[in-house]
Amino acid sequence: MGAVTKMTMAQAINAALRDAITEDDSVVVFGEDVAQLGGVFRVTDGLHAEFGENRVFDTPLAESGIVGMAVGMAMNGMRPVVEMQFDAFAYPAFEQIVSHVAKLGNRTRGKVRLPIVIRVPYAGGIGGVEHHCDSSEAYYAHTPGLTVVAPATNADAYGLLRAAIAGSDPVIFLEPKKHYFSKEEVDVSVSVPPIGRAVVRRPGKDATLIAYGPSVPVALAAAEQAATEGRDLGVIDLRSIVPFDDETVCAEVRRTGRAVVVAEAPGFASVASEIAARVGERCFHHLEAPVRRVTGFDVPYPPPKLEHHFLPGVDRILDTVDTLQWEEDVA
Amino acid sequence: MAINLGNIRDECKAIWRCGLNAGQLKAAITAARLLDETGRLVRGASAPDAEALVDGYRKLVFARRLNEQCGALVRQGRLAVYPSSRGQEACQVACTSVLADGDWLFPTYRDTAAIAARGVDPVEVLTLLRGDWHCGYDPNEHKVAPQATPLATQLLHAVGVGHAARLKGENTVVMALCGDGATSEGDFHEACNFAAVFRAPVVFFVQNNKYAISVPLARQSVAPSLAAKAIGYGMPGVRVDGNDLPALEKVLGEAVARARAGDGPTLVEADTYRIESHTNADDATRYRADDEVTEWLPRDPLLRVRTYLTAIGVLDDDREQDIAAAAEEMAAAVRAGVGAETVVDPEEVFAHVYSTLTPQLAEQRAALRAELELEEA
Ligand SMILES: Cc1ncc(C[n+]2csc(CCOP(=O)(O)OP(=O)(O)O)c2C)c(N)n1
Ligand SMILES: [Mg+2]
Repeated sequence: MGAVTKMTMAQAINAALRDAITEDDSVVVFGEDVAQLGGVFRVTDGLHAEFGENRVFDTPLAESGIVGMAVGMAMNGMRPVVEMQFDAFAYPAFEQIVSHVAKLGNRTRGKVRLPIVIRVPYAGGIGGVEHHCDSSEAYYAHTPGLTVVAPATNADAYGLLRAAIAGSDPVIFLEPKKHYFSKEEVDVSVSVPPIGRAVVRRPGKDATLIAYGPSVPVALAAAEQAATEGRDLGVIDLRSIVPFDDETVCAEVRRTGRAVVVAEAPGFASVASEIAARVGERCFHHLEAPVRRVTGFDVPYPPPKLEHHFLPGVDRILDTVDTLQWEEDVA
Repeated sequence: MAINLGNIRDECKAIWRCGLNAGQLKAAITAARLLDETGRLVRGASAPDAEALVDGYRKLVFARRLNEQCGALVRQGRLAVYPSSRGQEACQVACTSVLADGDWLFPTYRDTAAIAARGVDPVEVLTLLRGDWHCGYDPNEHKVAPQATPLATQLLHAVGVGHAARLKGENTVVMALCGDGATSEGDFHEACNFAAVFRAPVVFFVQNNKYAISVPLARQSVAPSLAAKAIGYGMPGVRVDGNDLPALEKVLGEAVARARAGDGPTLVEADTYRIESHTNADDATRYRADDEVTEWLPRDPLLRVRTYLTAIGVLDDDREQDIAAAAEEMAAAVRAGVGAETVVDPEEVFAHVYSTLTPQLAEQRAALRAELELEEA
C-alpha cells in the first residue's frame, strides 16, 4: 500500500482506529455520537458503517457509564477505545478513571490489567465556549497508574494511538482539537518509537523549548522567529507526558544550558511545573539560568473573545527566552 | 421456582402506600393534551382562559422570532453558535409562565428563549454565545441560573436552591430544565432522588426532543417513558404533549402548586421534537430522515394555538399584526444589541476568579497589562 498520505489529524486517528479494529477482534470503539454521526469531530467517521454495531457503538449519555463499562469489558478480555466528547465532559468519568482505571492493576497485584484508551479532544484555540477548551492533563498526569499521551503531529497521532491500543495499561490520549483539521503527510508504515519517548523536533544551540500537544507548533514558530533574530532555539516534543522521557529532555538542556517549558494549561501545580522541577534537579550544574515556564494564566479558560490573551504565543515565549541571563545582559 | 404470594402481596401494599394508582401510572406514560394537532379542544377538556392564551401566543411568537433571529446572527458570524429551540417554543414559554416572581429557573444552553420569556434581555443572554463572557445576566436579579452546559449538573443545584428555600422558610419553587439525553447522566438520578427524599420544591422539566445530538431516544432509555422514572424515586411523573401550550401550562402549573404546598418534586416530561440540527455546527441529515422532521411540522406549537384562538374569535388579523410587529421590534433590538461592537477588557479574566485577587493573579495581571501597553505603544 502506498504508505505516505496527506491527511488531517482527525483522519490519522480514524485510520489508527480502523487499522486496530481490523487487526484485533478485541478492539471496540464506543462513546457519545461516535456511531452514525462519526463523532462531533468526525474522528470515527465511517467506522460504524464499516464494522457494525458490535465494534463501534453509541452509548447512553453518561461518561461515568462509558468509562465504567470499559473497565468491565477490559476485565473480560476486550480493548475498549472510548471517546469523551470534549475535555471538560470527561469530568463525570473522573471517579471511574481515578479510582478504578488507574488503580485496578495495582490493587490486584497485576492480576487484572486494563488495556483501555480514553480519547479526549482537548485544549483550546478554537473559539469554543465554556467547558470546550480545558487543558486537563495535570489531573491525569497526577494520577499514578495512568499513561498520558499528547501527540503534536498527525503521524504521531496515528502511531501513538496504535501503540496505546496495543499496550496493556490504560492510556489517556489527549488530542489537540485545534489540529484536527490541519493536513500533514503521514506515513503509516513507519513505526513510531514506543510511548515514553520524546523527540527533538528542532536542534538548537542556545536554549531548549520543551512542549507537547498543541504547544509544539507554537514553540516551533517561536524558534523560527528567534532564528531570524540570531538566536538558535531547539524544540523538544514530549509526545508522552507519562512516562516522561528525562533522558532526551535532559540531554538537550545540558547541551544548551537554558530551557523554557511551553504549555497551554494554567501554570500553577501543572505538568509544566513538574517538567521545570525535574530539569532543575537533573541539570542544575549545566544551567545558565533558571528554567522558565510559559503557560496559560491561573484562570478558568476565558471566553472566545479573550482566549488569545490566555494562550502562550510566540511573543510571550520569546520575551521569556530573553530573560534567560544571556552574556550580553550580564556584562 | 415457587412463587411466594406473601411477598408479592407485601410489595403491592408498599406500592399502594406510596400512593401510586393506575391513573398516576397512566399520567406518567400517556401524554396529557388540551389542544389536538388541528387546534381543537380535546373532548371533555375545559377551555383555557382565552386572554391568558392570547398572551401565551404572543410569547410563542416572540420565542420563535428569537430562534430565527439567533439563527441569522450565527450565519452572519455574530454568534459563535446557537442551539435552537425551534419546535419546542411551547415548552420554553410554559416553564416560565407558571412561575411566580421569586421562583428560580435553571436552564440549559438550549433554553435561551425560556430565559427571555422569563424577562431577561436576550442580548444579555446571548453574551455567552457571542463569546464575550460566560454568563451575561445577573442570576440573583432574575432568579435564573447561568445556562448549564455540563449536562444534568444544574439539576442538583436546583435541588439545593429549593431545599435552602425551605430551610429559610421561603415559599420558592425551582423549575429545573434538561433534555432527554441528560436523563442518562448520573446527576439526573441523584437530583431526582435528593429532591424526593428532601421533598424539595422542584419541578424537573424534561424536554424530550427525541435526540441528544445524533443519538435517538431509544439509545437513552427503554423505560415506558422518561416521566415513568419518577415512580422509582417516589414522586409523581407526568407526561404531556410538549407542543400544546395550554396542556403544558396546566401540568406544570399543578406541579408548581404541589411544590409550593410542600408536597415535594414532580418530574414532567414534554413530548416534543427538535426541528433543527443540534446547533448550526451540526448536520442532522447525517443521522435522521427528513421525513421524520416533516411529520412533526404540522404539530407546530404556534399553529395549534393560533388555529384555536382564531376559531373562538379572540385572535383577529389586527391582533396578530400587533403581535408580529412587537416581535419584529424585539428582533431588531437583538440585532442592534448583538451587532454593537463591545469592548471586552482582557484584564477581566483575572477579576472574578476569587473574591479577592490572589498575589499570583495580581502578578499575572500586571504581566498582561505590560504586554498590552507594549502592543499599544
Ligand atoms: C457532561 C456532558 N457530556 C457531554 C456533553 C456534550 N453535549 C452537549 S449537548 C449534548 C446532547 C444533549 O442532549 P439532550 O439532553 O437531549 O438535550 P438537547 O440538546 O436535545 O436539548 C451533548 C452530548 C455535555 N455538554 N456535557
Ligand atoms: Mg434532546
